Amino acid sequence: MAARTIKIAPITRIEGHATIAIHLDDAGNVADSKVHFQSIRGFEKFVEGKPAEELPRIVNRICGICPWHHHLASNKAVDRCFGVTPTPAGHKLRELVQTIAQAEDKLLHFFFLAAADFVIGPDADYAVRNVIGIAKANPELATKVVQMRYKAKMILEKFAGKAIHPVAGVVGGFAKPLTEADRQWMLADMREILDFALFTIEFAKKDVFPKYLDAIQSLGVIKTGFIGTVDDNGALNLYDGKIRLMKPDGAFADFDVQNYADYIGEQVVPWSYGKFPYAKSWNEGFSLDLENPKGIYRANTLARINVADKMATPRAQAELEEFRSLFGRPAQATLLYHYARLIEEVYACEHAIELLKDPSITDTDVRAKVEPRAGRGVGCVEAPRGTLIHDYSTDDNGLVTRANLIVGTTHNLGPINMSVNQAARALIKDGVADEGILNKVEMAVRAYDP
Amino acid sequence: MPAKIASDWLNACSGCEIAIVDLGERLLTVLGLVDFVHLPALMDHKYYGQTGQGTHIEIPEADVGIISGGLRNAEHLEVAEEMRKKCKAVIALGTCATHGGIPALANSYENSAIFSRYYSTETTAPNDGTVPGDGVPELLDRCYALDEKIAVDIYLPGCPPHSDQIFEALTAFLEGRSPDLAQKSVCDTCPTIREGKGKLKQMRRFLEAPHYGAPDEPLDRMRCLLEQGFLCMGPVTKAGCGGNRVTPRCISARVPCRGCYGPVKADGNQRLDMLNALASNGIDLGSLPETTSMLRFSGAHHLLGPARQ
Repeated sequence: MAARTIKIAPITRIEGHATIAIHLDDAGNVADSKVHFQSIRGFEKFVEGKPAEELPRIVNRICGICPWHHHLASNKAVDRCFGVTPTPAGHKLRELVQTIAQAEDKLLHFFFLAAADFVIGPDADYAVRNVIGIAKANPELATKVVQMRYKAKMILEKFAGKAIHPVAGVVGGFAKPLTEADRQWMLADMREILDFALFTIEFAKKDVFPKYLDAIQSLGVIKTGFIGTVDDNGALNLYDGKIRLMKPDGAFADFDVQNYADYIGEQVVPWSYGKFPYAKSWNEGFSLDLENPKGIYRANTLARINVADKMATPRAQAELEEFRSLFGRPAQATLLYHYARLIEEVYACEHAIELLKDPSITDTDVRAKVEPRAGRGVGCVEAPRGTLIHDYSTDDNGLVTRANLIVGTTHNLGPINMSVNQAARALIKDGVADEGILNKVEMAVRAYDP
Repeated sequence: MPAKIASDWLNACSGCEIAIVDLGERLLTVLGLVDFVHLPALMDHKYYGQTGQGTHIEIPEADVGIISGGLRNAEHLEVAEEMRKKCKAVIALGTCATHGGIPALANSYENSAIFSRYYSTETTAPNDGTVPGDGVPELLDRCYALDEKIAVDIYLPGCPPHSDQIFEALTAFLEGRSPDLAQKSVCDTCPTIREGKGKLKQMRRFLEAPHYGAPDEPLDRMRCLLEQGFLCMGPVTKAGCGGNRVTPRCISARVPCRGCYGPVKADGNQRLDMLNALASNGIDLGSLPETTSMLRFSGAHHLLGPARQ
């Protein structure tokens, strides 16, 4: 048998553009594998010279699945450049829309992108192993999923004008207040979506995860640290708080995101346009070695669930306790990202309801007065795909002179390479790599929802 | 027989594909009428065969190909050419595909300047400046709109296009008729009040809220944002962003238009047209902080280029 390279291109049912190359040796076993991240658009360069207050409407185009998170991290960075604090109602409205966007995103990922591997099966024909196949096999569930995700999305569109590539976050706060009538219908809609979130996690715990316990314990499993955002009580927070960077053994350090550059570095690798972040503060360098990785930590749902001491809402807290009793803290198994995603879904729905129950969210003072000026600001939120950092500097006229971005997904680029390498080595033997096996390698990527 | 659709995303963000998902229950209707043969966002058809044995990109034949995103690298170009070869009709979905979109802001710079900034930011570990080249497609010299490289049959701009328009384009295609898409400007569909510009001489940046009455005051009681002195690209931007509800989406958030549907006429120049409109109304163009942003959605077709040395 001659050495050869297996190409998985494109990786499908993910948001970005990436391919996998698996290099087999003469015996048909895995010598090496690489995940190639193919996009470079140059936002860090081409935002230079633009008025900073326009950036939240430019950088949201980094991602059409999570534009709200780029939009709001950017708004926070601009606030800080211009030295303005959003009004309380402006702050609350931003947090509300971000939380609802999180709730919508998790339904999208679980049902539209990931579920086919579990509900239809990893070895099924690709023509049916997708959301279209689910719609044909289980039209009732599919209709409910489509309705609920649409409902969450339309809350954003009806209230904030534009749901994809939003515009309603503005420097100093929010573009429009929430009326009492808006508050009431949004509350009713979010309660319905919470019910569906609770149904979804029960459905997954009962009908989906138990069938894949072996895969969960083995597929793409690696040992790394984790990053996420927590509030002052150590509870998971998606919108604001301090950054917690946890080592593989569970020890952690908390820091203010303004100082992120002291903690996070980015490694350039020859096989990817995307850079690979690593924990600079651990002072151990960067290595993707499966046995002995260095500087490698993960972001996104499992990471946030791991770094948080607790969840701030009751149903999500109960789910976290059950999860921890099964998998410990920090849980390392890669497919548990899906489970963690559904716990966060419950939290996002509960928290959106909490925010909407607060009548002061309808305060009409939604936007603080602001003057452009020279400054520097780092804005951060938890995007669905991980800790999202926008760092800008401005000149006296408030034009951007410098931008640095660390995008949620990128934290996981190194770990994705490791998980693929682990999965490929475990699954491909003696040159046998059929479609089902290659799809299982991709499942190690999909868990990260890149 | 159901119509066959192939769909791919190139120099894109996935927002157009999410706009398709945002058809809501209409998505299930569409899925009942068509067969997707290639759709990387949602299904697992592979370029090089399902086990990766092929040597070149292959996409199944289809009645219509939907492409989002412009062209930025060699693989985008190969996919676009293969789609053109295999699809009877090609739809350019979204402003990146029709006019370059936000990523074409990169056309103001040489590739080397983009690489050099990205690989030397303050958090990037020291490196020798070699641009990654192993297994990643080489960049084209700039970001192109689709029709700069392949023939396009239907243009569906928008960042993203409204789901109502995507539905109209797909159903029109299935029924064998031309889609009924707005050809007017955003202003033609905007309900705000226009009274003339009055004494306005300066444009203001969007650093404060526009004037309107109570929070629930209807938009047709609010004064035009441009007449309030806020730069609004509505006059030079194609309508349609409001979908069947018509009202422009940004305006409904009381935020000015930035031009995401591209120029009213496909070959228009949003910056030039807007500057002309402002100047002919006696607005001091010096009050604008910069003008590149006026082409933020339509910088392909050679409209944006690196500054001459």
